[in-house]
Amino acid sequence: MAALLDRIPLLQSILIHLGYVISSVPLGFFMGVFLGILLSRIPKLSKLILPLLSIFNTIPGIVFIGILFLYTGMRPITVIIALSVYATFPVLKNTYAGLMDVDRQYIDAAKGCGMSTVQRLTQVELPLAMPTIIGGLRLSTVYTVSWAVLAAMIGQGGLGDYVYRGVSSNNNTLILTGAIPAAILAYALGSLVDWLQKLAVPRGLRKGGGNH
Amino acid sequence: MTLATIWEHLYMVLAALLIAVMLGIPLGIVSYIYPSSRKVILRVVDVIQTTPALALLGIIMVFVGAGKPTVIAGLTLYSLLPIVRNTELGLRQVSPHIKEAAIGIGMSRFYRLVRVELPLAVPVMFAGLRIAAVNAVGTAVFAAYVGGGGIGSFINTGILRRDMGMILAGTGALVIIAVVFDFGMGFLEGRLARRTSA
Repeated sequence: MAALLDRIPLLQSILIHLGYVISSVPLGFFMGVFLGILLSRIPKLSKLILPLLSIFNTIPGIVFIGILFLYTGMRPITVIIALSVYATFPVLKNTYAGLMDVDRQYIDAAKGCGMSTVQRLTQVELPLAMPTIIGGLRLSTVYTVSWAVLAAMIGQGGLGDYVYRGVSSNNNTLILTGAIPAAILAYALGSLVDWLQKLAVPRGLRKGGGNH
Repeated sequence: MTLATIWEHLYMVLAALLIAVMLGIPLGIVSYIYPSSRKVILRVVDVIQTTPALALLGIIMVFVGAGKPTVIAGLTLYSLLPIVRNTELGLRQVSPHIKEAAIGIGMSRFYRLVRVELPLAVPVMFAGLRIAAVNAVGTAVFAAYVGGGGIGSFINTGILRRDMGMILAGTGALVIIAVVFDFGMGFLEGRLARRTSA
């Protein structure tokens, strides 16, 4: 009886949760790729900036949402800002690593073909780094599903609502009602990105295509 | 924030890491020796890692009840992926020449593993433990929501009271612990790597 009544709010919570993920991950992805490219152009400075960023990254999401909400209030935008910032890190790190890992010979070859800096970046370096970048996107996506649970902490709904209410009232059914869909959502989106990653491998580098 | 709060936090992290090492290294060894089991084992620990932290803790809480055991169990499960993956990777990366030499001088499978392969895999395994440790320090914050205490509870109280000083003190303590773990273990990792490469 209760299960039947609960069904529609649950669907709503799933959609809200998904909404947070869908609005934050692309924002974080583009910021991450953009900043990653910038950092890869200044490797010397990056040796300083990246460790600082990874220290910042050890600050748990709860704290960040907690501090942010003191300034921006109990609004969905608080959640989206916090989630986007956190989604940026893995993509930024992997974009940087992917670009730095591109073999010198390909860049030299591209120069030899007379490509401009922008052409080299968009037609040679980024495609070669893409599998690594998408790897970062996978981390971001899975983390974001996980952190969107925290939206409930500042009363912004999502599946965290069930988990929080269940934990504080010791109601196991309520905990599982939130936890299981959140877990499934994370697996589903993780697999979606895995599939994207397969597509992102440049054709010449797919299985069997030696690169030396 | 008292030292007891910090110790409570560290206690949960260290207990979880200890159990994760005891479970993770054997799992890594199994997936190395039986390559057919590798995909299954890695897939399972990957699925665990993908589960949102609060959801995982909530599910464990249903069985174990609120308190530290739930947090320790959750952190243990989260720490498995880097430990299992790096154990398997470290063992697999041991140079084939060395493995062949060990076979050539008549070592048994068990002897090869214990006397040759595992010692050479230690730096990579330790790198996995380092990742697990730094992650666990941050994830242990969720203890606040399942009655585990620690720095997470302190921060949570700060958020509820809108007390910026408390939030920052808690966060500062967390960041310092994470950085100490990261740099301390990074230093050890470097020394281990030098020892095995010599």
